[in-house]
Amino acid sequence: MARINSPAELEAFRKEILSRRDPTKPCITLCSGTACHATGSKEVAIAIEEELKKQALADKVDFRKTGCHGFCEKGPIVVIDPEETCYLQVTPDDVPELITAALKEHTVVERLIYTDPNTGEKTAHEPEIPFYKHQKRMVFGANRRIAPQSLEDYLANDGAKALVKALVEMTPEEIIAEVKDAGLRGRGGAGFPAGVKWEFARKSKGEPKYVVVNCDEGDPGAYMDRSLMEGNPYGVLEGLIIGAYAIGAHEGYFYVRQEYPLALENLSVAIERAEARGLLGKNILGSGFDFTVKVHRGAGAFVCGEETALLRSLEGKAGEPRPRPPYPAVKGLWDKPTNINNVETWANVPLIINKGAEAFASIGTEGSKGTKIFSLVGKINNTGLVEVPMGITLREVIFDIGGGIPKGKKFKAVQTGGPSGGCIPEKLLDLKVGFDELTKAGSMMGSGGMIIMDEETCMVDVARYFVDFLTDESCGKCVPCREGLRQMHKILTRITEGKGKKEDIATLESLAETAVEASLCALGSTAANPFLSTFRYFKEEYTAHIDDKRCPALSCKELISYYINPANCTGCGLCLKNCPDGAIDGGKKKIHIIDQDKCTNCGTCFDVCPPKFNSVIKISGEAVPPPIAEEQRVIVRKKKGK
Amino acid sequence: MSEIPLQIDGKDVVAEEGDTILEAAQGAGISIPTLCHHEKLAPYGGCRICVVEAESKGASRLVVSCVHPVEKNLIVRTRSEKVDRIRKTLLELLMAHAPESPALRQLADEYGADGERFEKEISFCVHCGLCVRYCAEVVKKNAVGFIDRGVRKEISFIPEIAAKECDDCKECFPLCPTSYLQAAYVLVESLAFRRD
Repeated sequence: MARINSPAELEAFRKEILSRRDPTKPCITLCSGTACHATGSKEVAIAIEEELKKQALADKVDFRKTGCHGFCEKGPIVVIDPEETCYLQVTPDDVPELITAALKEHTVVERLIYTDPNTGEKTAHEPEIPFYKHQKRMVFGANRRIAPQSLEDYLANDGAKALVKALVEMTPEEIIAEVKDAGLRGRGGAGFPAGVKWEFARKSKGEPKYVVVNCDEGDPGAYMDRSLMEGNPYGVLEGLIIGAYAIGAHEGYFYVRQEYPLALENLSVAIERAEARGLLGKNILGSGFDFTVKVHRGAGAFVCGEETALLRSLEGKAGEPRPRPPYPAVKGLWDKPTNINNVETWANVPLIINKGAEAFASIGTEGSKGTKIFSLVGKINNTGLVEVPMGITLREVIFDIGGGIPKGKKFKAVQTGGPSGGCIPEKLLDLKVGFDELTKAGSMMGSGGMIIMDEETCMVDVARYFVDFLTDESCGKCVPCREGLRQMHKILTRITEGKGKKEDIATLESLAETAVEASLCALGSTAANPFLSTFRYFKEEYTAHIDDKRCPALSCKELISYYINPANCTGCGLCLKNCPDGAIDGGKKKIHIIDQDKCTNCGTCFDVCPPKFNSVIKISGEAVPPPIAEEQRVIVRKKKGK
Repeated sequence: MSEIPLQIDGKDVVAEEGDTILEAAQGAGISIPTLCHHEKLAPYGGCRICVVEAESKGASRLVVSCVHPVEKNLIVRTRSEKVDRIRKTLLELLMAHAPESPALRQLADEYGADGERFEKEISFCVHCGLCVRYCAEVVKKNAVGFIDRGVRKEISFIPEIAAKECDDCKECFPLCPTSYLQAAYVLVESLAFRRD
């Protein structure tokens, strides 16, 4: 591979790549991110390759395995360009029909395109599918157009243009000013202005300086950074090189979770190829700027996403946070000035340099500029990754893009900001998405996880779940976090088991205050958020659990009983057959009865009772009606014989 | 080194740049309670008992005095309703582990901490880390260390090192506020020491 020694040579190379490409030539794009991989995209890829050979289309069609498209609910996803016809949940068996229709007959396979679950309306054109229509995919959009390891694909999609502009036309100070003016805030959690952080590191005394990419994404259900790292490693790398140049660093590190094998693979190949081409290493593009990067694999501790813990882990020590100040910009990796940003933050940098601060800052709210990628998970129809402009409302994200709540259930809350974030109730659905707006509502932006909860979710149990997660992930160094979480977990568990005491709320509040005020790092100081935000908006659920021993969501196992409503029981016997505990008494033409002493509340009877009968019900906070008398249990069929 | 003027509990104090608030207070004869602090060891910031109120530019916040550097014209209050309340909760959390520790009981009296507030825990280690850090920083043997994390974190002697080094040292023993260290030592000695 020939080294590219100047911006002119890069442009010549780009031109040469583009001259080999025909934008009208059909291209089959297959999402090959981790989520689609799990639903079978590898098998689909093999089927596509075989079918193209079989139909003698291999040289008439391009086939590109790309990073994550985002609509993970409906994977594996195939998009045929240039028409942008989108096929969902494609299996290997669908491939022959799909290829014949798309490439020979120029028709659309109706059964594989998007169907609106509510209206039944079909949409074939990808940009018109509601999930995509309301998004603004500035950072994430390139994922769809490039094979992650292909530098040629990256360059064909305007890759490295920002790098050239930064190295040739701009001084480090100008780059920092541009990032500051753009109003880019850190996408990893705290939302600190990136340009200000860069300036601290640049002005900080001490050599060498380091830049670090934080790809230790650990929030349950969040995978924005994974998908960016997997799908567009060159984009993150380009942002990092520009940042390094602006700060005056010549060495950088990618801290990537060990659990992200595809991200590690694609990133390593990207680094290798960028180095071979002279986009990384000594004298980048003849500019005189040297920069090398190494990849470090994280060992799986959540707290290593916290910057000081991450740095200690990079140094080979136990991943425990240390007090700030001094901040990493002053004393970071090996006590040298260090700038750490999250994957998505770095990925935004080329956009800002290319389009300018003004264009970037024109999107968003007063305090939050640009777009943000969220992972929509939980009780939502369209699970997946979405990129939206800051300032969009939660309602638009959840209902217009996310398609609302499955099975016609009612929305209850959205949990944002990861385990230390908070739950936002229905009455705040018109809240604008932004750093300050979410914090004001008692939650936070965090790295961009959104967990949707429906009416069947118990908010006390949600708080218990997240506190459980944090208890497990606390590093254990400081008392408010380690011991505070231990006690909060005990108390919340007790409440969900119906053993809550009146004074528990006051105790939780004082533990929360101690954690917020006295913890060493952000994990501890936000560790009480799961309790604080659920208590703020769903106080009545706490009192119901404690005072009435009742779970309003009918979710806490210890607080509910299953009961067969005699009026609805048809004696079908399904519950009797499936009960693992032998707790149901019944028989032919007999109303079934649950023996409450034998019942373990597993819920099997509830699940198997046909919805048209709906005879098994859950009861909480009140006594189970006594079983009906034996002679009343005989079911007399009314329709027959009369 | 430049001199940094600040105020602690109404008293004007001059500290050196890089000093912690705790050092500045001790230098001025003002006492702040500590558990994990030791003058021979690097500041740790684990127990948080030394939390104080620090006011600068009109804004007040809580900082941990053993690790927080002095700032020019900082106004420090070593006691306040909030500081006392947080110290009380911290002590109660630790007393769930070691209700009879003299160091904890003494502070509990002062701050009105209720040793019975939280359910008792099995381990009576309070994770001050004095033993681990003393062995690493002063003795430089690393015969005792932390294992695991979060609520499962505990101290553990490394038998291969401890069997060789500890007999003639045991300088960490008097540092332990709960005597858990001694118990851990006896346990590992009887289970895993090879003295050929």
